[in-house]
Amino acid sequence: MTVAVERGGRVTGKQDRAVHPRRPRNSYALFLLPGALAFLAVVVVPFLMNTGVSFTDWQGVGSPGWSGLANYRELMDDAEFWESFRHSLFMVVAMAAVPTAIGLVLAAALFDYVGKHFGSRTAAVLRACFYLPQVLPIAVAGIVWSWILAPENGSLNEVLKAIGLGSWQQDWLGDPDLALYSVMGVMVWVQLGFPLVVFMAGLQRVDPQLYEAAELDGAGWWRRFAHITLPQIRPEIYVVLTWCTIAALKVFGAVYVLTKGGPGGATNVPSYFSFTTFFEKTQVGYGAAISTVLTVIILALSLVGLKLQTRAEDAEEGVRA
Amino acid sequence: MTTALRRYPVLVALCLAALFMIVPFLIVAVNAVKSPAEYSQNGPLSLPDGLYLDGLKDFWERVDYSQKLINSVLISGSVAVLAVVLSVLNAYAIGIGRIRGRTWVLAFFVLANMLPQEALVYPVYYLSKQAGLYDTRLSVIIVFTVIQAAFGTYLLSSVLGQFPREIIEAARIDGATKWQVLWRIVVPVSRPTLGVLLVFFFIWTWNEFLLPLVMLISNDNQTVSVALGVLQGQRLMDATMTNAAALLGVLPALVFFLVFQRTLTRGIAVGAVK
Repeated sequence: MTVAVERGGRVTGKQDRAVHPRRPRNSYALFLLPGALAFLAVVVVPFLMNTGVSFTDWQGVGSPGWSGLANYRELMDDAEFWESFRHSLFMVVAMAAVPTAIGLVLAAALFDYVGKHFGSRTAAVLRACFYLPQVLPIAVAGIVWSWILAPENGSLNEVLKAIGLGSWQQDWLGDPDLALYSVMGVMVWVQLGFPLVVFMAGLQRVDPQLYEAAELDGAGWWRRFAHITLPQIRPEIYVVLTWCTIAALKVFGAVYVLTKGGPGGATNVPSYFSFTTFFEKTQVGYGAAISTVLTVIILALSLVGLKLQTRAEDAEEGVRA
Repeated sequence: MTTALRRYPVLVALCLAALFMIVPFLIVAVNAVKSPAEYSQNGPLSLPDGLYLDGLKDFWERVDYSQKLINSVLISGSVAVLAVVLSVLNAYAIGIGRIRGRTWVLAFFVLANMLPQEALVYPVYYLSKQAGLYDTRLSVIIVFTVIQAAFGTYLLSSVLGQFPREIIEAARIDGATKWQVLWRIVVPVSRPTLGVLLVFFFIWTWNEFLLPLVMLISNDNQTVSVALGVLQGQRLMDATMTNAAALLGVLPALVFFLVFQRTLTRGIAVGAVK
């Protein structure tokens, strides 16, 4: 995206200088002042405080005592911490990998199949259905699903009973062996609309002649999917994977409402773990260390994602030019 | 004919998948209008015998839902407007002013946007207590204005980077100040993008959970999301109440969705790839 900024500037930059040879460029910096101050107060200072506190044994009251890397050493030996990050990987599968894969197939099917044979209106209505859960507050989605998955009188169990699979009834969120998978299922439902919408928008800039030529050459739907759709929307795939992975690492509301990390820590995730450490155990220093580790991982992933995206966009520009 | 026959299974499969996505909404709607007796007798899958709205009414009064709606609208609305203004100011300096070191400034906003709220939540909680802003709607408005503006700055900077410079140069030669150029030319021309941002900021803030949960503890200040989430978290609700809660939580989202559908589905694509 920075690439676009540079690109736009190069064309007009010269005229710019010709009209005002010595315009002091920095006078625009004044417009950045309110933003800079606000960010300092709400993001920079709290973030530095949090990082600082992670090197202390602070309990939220009194003055914090310096403890160096003690919190981080403790984290390394804390089974609960590792367990919560292991659950994060499951969340990445449920919120990034699976929705991206399903979203790609759905987007291609809606765009290349339904859109062509049944009109773009039909495709738009179907897309809207898939996107709907994305607008729902996660807390509300959690209420809806915890009611559906309830062991007594829950809709899922009732459906199973009605179709003669009564023996499959489960305590979906209360069974430690099942709870994580139930939460994962809910997250797929929540997340699916995002990749779908981004991919369908991406497909709109693919030259229709590519599809027509492939179709004339006798390429079937799956071959067109693999050889045209996938390579053409690679930038979108990277964007979606990066965003969804980050969202998966941050997942909090769903866990809070569905399971509160339980039963017995079976669905604990880093953000919920840091939340309880901060506000229930009031081990602020330790909670800060957890969130700092989470931050480092997320920022590293963001940088990798941005890099892949820029490279894919450049490659695409190269092909077009 | 054969192609037509082959076509329909795909459409049917897609429609079934779409139905699966909206079934939870339908079940909630159906059960929210059943009386508790009917629910416990017939279970969640039967169609309602009649329209029983007392459950919804009771729940509405018990949680003072009007107040929650007012809080959510006030917070999300203020954040949407303020965050757009802040984004415009930042992006004007970066995208059009091309201030020195803009790549770094932009990288900073991108990183701020990625930062998990968990890394800010305790200091924000502590500092707001010190400043006497804890448990006020204002504190949540301030925090989310900044957080949403990080994304807005990132998006708008690249949009304004491609703003036709001839227009700005012409206005400057005619004697317009930078301030006038911003409000009389840049903002009106970019109105469609700003509209998308406004809608997104509103809905994102409406849906936020962690920070409002920490910052708003008194009943009078809580948002819809927080109030419903806390109720569910306490496991104090019976099935009928949960249903009422779910339906009342779903309805505003449904309204936004129907009103802003076009903006949402188009905007998200712009936001992701720009």
